[in-house]
Amino acid sequence: MSNEATLHSQEVIHGAHAHDHDHDGHDHHHEGNFISKYVFSLDHKTIAKQFLITGIIWAIIGAFFSVLFRLQLGFPDATFPWLESILGHWAKGGRITPEAYYALVTMHGTILVFFVLTAGLSGTFSNLLIPLQVGARDMASPLMNCMSYWAFFLASVVMMSSLFVQTGPASGGWTAYPPLSALGDASIGSKIGMDLWLISMALFVVSQLLGGLNYISTILNMRTKGMTMTKMPLTIWSFFFTAVLGVLSFPVLLSGFILLLFDRHAGTSFYLSELFVAGKALPNEGGSAILYQHLFWFLGHPEVYIIILPAMGMVSEILAVNSRKPIFGYLAMVGSMFAIVILAFLVWAHHMFVTGLNPFLGAFFVLLTLLIAVPSAIKVFNWLTTIWKGNLRFTPGMLFSIGFVSTFISGGLTGIWLGNSSIDIHLHDTYFVIAHFHIVMGVSAFFGTFAGVYHWFPKMFGRYLNNTIAYIHFWITLIGAYLIFWPMHYEGMAGMPRRYYDYSSWESFKQFTELNHFISVVVILVFAAQLMFVFNFFYSIFKGRKVTTTNPWSSTTLEWTTPINPGHGNWIGEIPEVYRWPYDYSKNGKDFIPQTVPLSPEEEKEGH
Amino acid sequence: MDTAVTAKKKWWSGGHSPFNVSYGKLMMWYFLMSDAFTFGALLISYGTIRFMSTSWPDPNEVFHAFPGMGHADLPLVFVSLMTFILIMSSVTMVLAVHAGHMRDRKAVAKWMVWTIIGGIAFLSCQAWEWTHLYHSGAWWGRNPFTNVDGTIASTNFTNFFFTITGFHGLHVTSGVVLNIIILANVLKGTYEERGHYEMVEKVGLYWHFVDLVWVFVFTCFYLL
Repeated sequence: MSNEATLHSQEVIHGAHAHDHDHDGHDHHHEGNFISKYVFSLDHKTIAKQFLITGIIWAIIGAFFSVLFRLQLGFPDATFPWLESILGHWAKGGRITPEAYYALVTMHGTILVFFVLTAGLSGTFSNLLIPLQVGARDMASPLMNCMSYWAFFLASVVMMSSLFVQTGPASGGWTAYPPLSALGDASIGSKIGMDLWLISMALFVVSQLLGGLNYISTILNMRTKGMTMTKMPLTIWSFFFTAVLGVLSFPVLLSGFILLLFDRHAGTSFYLSELFVAGKALPNEGGSAILYQHLFWFLGHPEVYIIILPAMGMVSEILAVNSRKPIFGYLAMVGSMFAIVILAFLVWAHHMFVTGLNPFLGAFFVLLTLLIAVPSAIKVFNWLTTIWKGNLRFTPGMLFSIGFVSTFISGGLTGIWLGNSSIDIHLHDTYFVIAHFHIVMGVSAFFGTFAGVYHWFPKMFGRYLNNTIAYIHFWITLIGAYLIFWPMHYEGMAGMPRRYYDYSSWESFKQFTELNHFISVVVILVFAAQLMFVFNFFYSIFKGRKVTTTNPWSSTTLEWTTPINPGHGNWIGEIPEVYRWPYDYSKNGKDFIPQTVPLSPEEEKEGH
Repeated sequence: MDTAVTAKKKWWSGGHSPFNVSYGKLMMWYFLMSDAFTFGALLISYGTIRFMSTSWPDPNEVFHAFPGMGHADLPLVFVSLMTFILIMSSVTMVLAVHAGHMRDRKAVAKWMVWTIIGGIAFLSCQAWEWTHLYHSGAWWGRNPFTNVDGTIASTNFTNFFFTITGFHGLHVTSGVVLNIIILANVLKGTYEERGHYEMVEKVGLYWHFVDLVWVFVFTCFYLL
């Protein structure tokens, strides 16, 4: 369906108007009350903000949990009476109990991986940028888009409520491996908290599906005239691949969860066989706990690309804009993302090298895993060559983009170690793995998110974020992230395992007492810097410096051809047509040429 | 002349759909791909567990009853009837979509009614089969059937059977509900007003998919 047709079909639903001259998106024949404008909004820009703010709230909670368990890891002998006043019996005498520790670790992982870096990241920027950058009035189906957010909201409510039940939230790790997660008697974290976790995650999958279908069909069907696939900004390509990954991998997770729910409540034995709990033999026979791991990691591995691809796309865009140079190797960028998507589905068993996986089979997974280094390296070299000899503008968005490239390299290199099964056997489940995935996926994706927020905040709210706070935020976060995770490599190589509650009782890890202490102090500092960002964010929405020009970054892409505060429908009058790719920077003596400028006769001759 | 123009049309250059389909149909196709992965994961899980087991019950001995036939041994006859009903409902769905292309409202309504009847008949058959199995002692976590080689079977035969056929039944149920909604719109004349019967095509896609999945479920549980 064409843009116009969709717009008119939308009009029937909610009265958006193509020729809406009121910048607030109000319509004279549409009672834009608070509920329809801010709560159950159908405008993709508002839905993006809803995802972002919900994501920020979750990020504060998830990061705060890491501060709490780092207190335990860094100061295992100290007591903090204030902990008891917020956690009650979970921190009796001011020390976090082992049960609470595992609950905190589990929820930290779940919240950050799914609620922040999946929903908060691609939910925000896919929604904001897809219609704006492909030249569409809104998503293909605004209603489904709205439902996607509210399914996520519902998932959030259920997950949040699990924090307050008497037996506590799920605490078997964010991967929820059975048999621990399948047997309510195995630990208190496997009781009602685990059920709420599964229900919440099922709702989350629904939200991802509704969102993903919309992103895909909007990108394929709703591009404005002239916007061929290879004239799309790399952001859009990355959101497209992300959505495809999500639509194809989340259902497998859902299947795994369905079987897990039956194991928990219907007496089945899909994942259970020959078990003893508290000295009592269970009747379950014939199942396989490894089966769950296969189902989980068939999502779990694409999931890390669902997290990192949007960050990659935004970083590509921001690096080009702020280097005043075309992106280097546009098609190579698209091709390498495509290669990553294909490989993402073929490497899941590298998470399972020590599960008794056949070493012969493991060899193939090693090969395919190491192959990912090729497209990843292509992307890294393209980013470096994009900024090479560029006219760099160190905006906060640019700094975070460069920071992204830095952390992606240093975290990615350790991936080559871990991808080798023989090394992985030694390093599996140690702090080396924690260091690897936090740098390459956690920190990098956060840097991509921050870059996106700083870069597109003017489009979202018509104001700028405060630069001074932004620079402080950047340097503390970059240095802090390396100070936190770099030392963990050494701990991991020395064999220090993940998920332990207290290392002080092991003679071999006593050497790391001071180091753990140091890491925890840095964690607190970095957390404080993030709170500064949160303050900056909310303060600037209302009080930030106002944007006075429609194209503050002198960018070529379509979102900067809309009014400063675009209403529902994005463009006043006709949707602009597109004539050129989005990376015409420093071309023919011009600083930049927007996509909407027709080719000059000379350019036509060169053959574009 | 006409064909030359069509061949030159730049499908991917924006401003229109590259596949010449509405976004709704595109979404349905992607949704079906997604759902295929859900069923794929369940069936592969089933295969994995079954190959891990030393032996497995014989479907010919498990599924041999027919309503009203007492204890007669009729292996797979009833499930063949179920499968036939579902496939016939796919045929009537094709006819409904075809009638939609012809903009023949009455014929669309007629074939939609037959499709809905087929769906409900299939679900009723499934309900009977489940009840029958339940009364012979089978349920989630309970398996009265022995393995082919005479050894005691694990409960995973029934666990997977009820989970996967149940999940499929749930899909058929939502398909019937969707079909009823669409039928109501057909009767109201909504699509006549809209000028096309694309909604019928969309639920048609879903319905055929559910049928196709049944072919795999049927093969995995009854034939293999």
